[in-house]
Amino acid sequence: MAELHLPWLELSILTPLIGMIAVALVGNAERARQICIAVCTLTLVFAAGEWVDFASLGTFEAHDHWDVIELVFHRDVFVIDELSAPLLPLAALQYLMTVFSTLRTKVNRFSFGWTLFSESILLATLSCREPWVIITLLSLATVPPWIELRSRGRSTRVYVAHMGLFVGLLVMGQALLAVSGSGTTASLIAGGLLTMASLLRTGIIPLHCWMTDLFEKATFGTALLFVTPMVGAYAVMRLVLPIAPDWALRSIAMVSLITAIYAGGMALVQREARRFFCYLFLSHSSLVLVGLELVEPVVLTGALCVWLSVGLSLLGFGLTLRSVESRTGRVSLDQFHGLYEHMPMLAALFLLTGLASIGFPGTTGFVGTELLIDGAVTASPLTGAAVVIAMALNGIAILHAYFMIFTGTQQLSSISLGARLPERIAVMILSVLILGGGLFPQPGVASRYHAAVELIRHRGGEVSSDEHVNDPATPKITDDSTAFVRMNSQSHRSTDPR
Amino acid sequence: MTIERVFYVLGLIVVASPAVLLAALGVTSLSGRPLGERTISRLTQVSVIAGLMAALGVLGLMLAFDQRSVPIELGNWVVIPEQHFHFHLKFVFDRLSVPFVILSYVLCGTIGAFTSRYLHREPGYGRFFLFYALFLLGMVVATLAGTIETMFFGWELVGLSSALLVAYFHERPNPVRNGQRVWSVYRIADAAFLIAAISLHHLYGAGEFDALMGVGPWPEGHVEIPVSTALVVGLLLLIAAAGKSALIPFSGWLPRAMEGPTPSSAVFYGSLSVHLGAYLLLRVSPLLEASLVLSVAVVVLGLTSAAFGALAARVQTDIKSALAFASLTQVGIIVAEIGCGLRYIPLIHIIGHACLRTLQLLRAPSLLHDYHSLENAIGEHLTHTPSFWERRIPERGRVWLYRVSMERGFLDAVLDAYIVRPFVAFFRWSDRMERRWTDVLSGSESRESDQVHSPSISPEEFL
Repeated sequence: MAELHLPWLELSILTPLIGMIAVALVGNAERARQICIAVCTLTLVFAAGEWVDFASLGTFEAHDHWDVIELVFHRDVFVIDELSAPLLPLAALQYLMTVFSTLRTKVNRFSFGWTLFSESILLATLSCREPWVIITLLSLATVPPWIELRSRGRSTRVYVAHMGLFVGLLVMGQALLAVSGSGTTASLIAGGLLTMASLLRTGIIPLHCWMTDLFEKATFGTALLFVTPMVGAYAVMRLVLPIAPDWALRSIAMVSLITAIYAGGMALVQREARRFFCYLFLSHSSLVLVGLELVEPVVLTGALCVWLSVGLSLLGFGLTLRSVESRTGRVSLDQFHGLYEHMPMLAALFLLTGLASIGFPGTTGFVGTELLIDGAVTASPLTGAAVVIAMALNGIAILHAYFMIFTGTQQLSSISLGARLPERIAVMILSVLILGGGLFPQPGVASRYHAAVELIRHRGGEVSSDEHVNDPATPKITDDSTAFVRMNSQSHRSTDPR
Repeated sequence: MTIERVFYVLGLIVVASPAVLLAALGVTSLSGRPLGERTISRLTQVSVIAGLMAALGVLGLMLAFDQRSVPIELGNWVVIPEQHFHFHLKFVFDRLSVPFVILSYVLCGTIGAFTSRYLHREPGYGRFFLFYALFLLGMVVATLAGTIETMFFGWELVGLSSALLVAYFHERPNPVRNGQRVWSVYRIADAAFLIAAISLHHLYGAGEFDALMGVGPWPEGHVEIPVSTALVVGLLLLIAAAGKSALIPFSGWLPRAMEGPTPSSAVFYGSLSVHLGAYLLLRVSPLLEASLVLSVAVVVLGLTSAAFGALAARVQTDIKSALAFASLTQVGIIVAEIGCGLRYIPLIHIIGHACLRTLQLLRAPSLLHDYHSLENAIGEHLTHTPSFWERRIPERGRVWLYRVSMERGFLDAVLDAYIVRPFVAFFRWSDRMERRWTDVLSGSESRESDQVHSPSISPEEFL
């Protein structure tokens, strides 16, 4: 297996853990915030270094230089591939932006120590491909929000019921898979359990109520960081995609499609901004899942592109809402607030990120959305139409929220509600990424297409990862790719469910 | 320098000048350092004049060298060669696009000059010109688009800028509600456009109009697809055109759009944006010829919209709404002409109508004053002579027609009753069910957001 030039993965995972200890030793909340920002910045640098290094290798997967775990246990636990390589810097960026834009007035509510712990767990999950380690990490990641809910004195029953089920399904599914032979009824049931767990974590209806409950009761930052990395989709890719038959994947795609439309409709009737955001995110993440489960090169490329663009744009969208909340309290969407004159920059970012999430032309989501719809139409014209309807509902909901929050009346305030310096910097960084990715989409699309092709090949189990790297003789997936995927997916089931 | 090179440079200037204007205004706004009025006005002038001169240059060269179609290839924006997927950036100057792009520049230039005085010292001056630049870029891209995806790109920009400009006076709730309404209709129409565009892309493996509409410069293309496919794709495009041009049943947004400032009403809903649907139908006219049912549908939709617009215009109580419905009448006739197989006449009709309507809308704010002056001069109110139909229709019929026209054909009411309300009712019911479920799981009230109401405290109190 190819090797990175530095131990980027280990550095990315360990840095937040060390930072967490440092934060725990500091009593002052403001000082903890500064340490947290520094640690998150360093983590982002390492994660970005991993991505650049990986891209320079031109391989499908790679592990760390000086891989300690491999040296000790002789197993490649932390490995990145074309799927996860850009997800690590994206996750690190999400954490940095959230911590960076946390205003001083909120530092006492937001736990920087647990945030760094979550970041470390998340980066480890995204760097991992061993099913049992992924399951352990996914289970661990559910703990910090629970602790926050407890410390805030909120009811944890909805969260615990869903997350308990999630962990239980994961463990049972993987255990059953380990003892059952391929192609047996038991392995099918195991796949079903893993699928249910992944869908629960993604928030597919009717298992989505934990998500709205979390947004209701946790701090906005914690809820945002728990859902925006789309770990549920990642679990689907790692735990379900390699073992699920085509009909099962298409069933997941159908359920996801229904969720996308349902959540889009629910976003339109919400009376409070956090719940609105939650449904909006749910609709988008379900659309990503639709693309991932159709397992065709174009639609998978689109889904992987939209995964990144939604992660970026809805993070910005959520952070903008969070900034508004930190000035006015929880935002009702029942009536107009007219905040534009006080915070034009935040209003612009709200609109920009919202439009980017629905794939508006010129933003980072445009081409990914086109590819997703194109692939969905290929799968079935009705599926394509349903995806377009979900996007249309989301578009209407976004402008509705913009109008309700920023326009419609005149808000009087004798103090400045404008964006602070950290928020301005966050606005500029996100805007540059959203517009830059939108105006120059080719590198991103090419990279995601390559990842999609490799994922399909690996699902088929025909070519091992190292044999075909940059091999010009490797046959390209052409219009026959559907047949190729189906043929292999029917024959491979005994391979390692990586 | 070869003639192809000259065409390329001029074509690039036509497209790039509004893009540069948008970038300049957008970046400065987003960075919190907005430009002054004079700078904005100068930049707009330079951009419009540069684009217009380049477009005129292209026209002159086309006439001089007898070229009917000049493609400007910018290469592939996105390409996945193995999947034969490419997003081709291509612009085409032909007999359809050149007049329309010149019209866009002339009218936008006029409106830009008018607005720089009309909105002088308004707090939203910069915001207006930002949306104006977005609109201009959208119009130019949609007009010159050589591929259906590029056209969709411009189409979306026009839609967004239109909705935001309707809500320009955003400190009042009504313009905002109307902006939301316009946006909602546009999103539905855009969804139909997107499905049609991707379906066409699939049928031909490319989005170029040359490939979609057959070889030969406009209007001589000829498509070779099954009648049923042409009908389905054509109907989707017709929905898209109906949404953008406010044809029935989407006409309700047109008078609402007049909530925006007069210059935007003039250039968007009176002259350019409202004709974009008709332009789309002209661009895909070979598709209409492939299906008789589709052509008939286009004619029927056009004539119905025209008749409705003519009736509604007569009973409006404000000048801008009356002009809006008068526009609808003309657009309906233009669409009917397209459905009848005419090509140059609708194009000429669009140009004439757009210029006239811009002038009328710009004159609208001072019209009342002029009427007063006129009546003062003649010493009495202007007399009203009953028209031909007024004299023949019985009073009961006239009252009924008046009511229908006054209520704008009950189109909005029907859409609200049969689409919006059931939709909202279903999702509100789902919301209540979810609340019950989380309440059961929590063992108590689960929603903190129920306590969130209107801003009961001021920001000072909150902070």
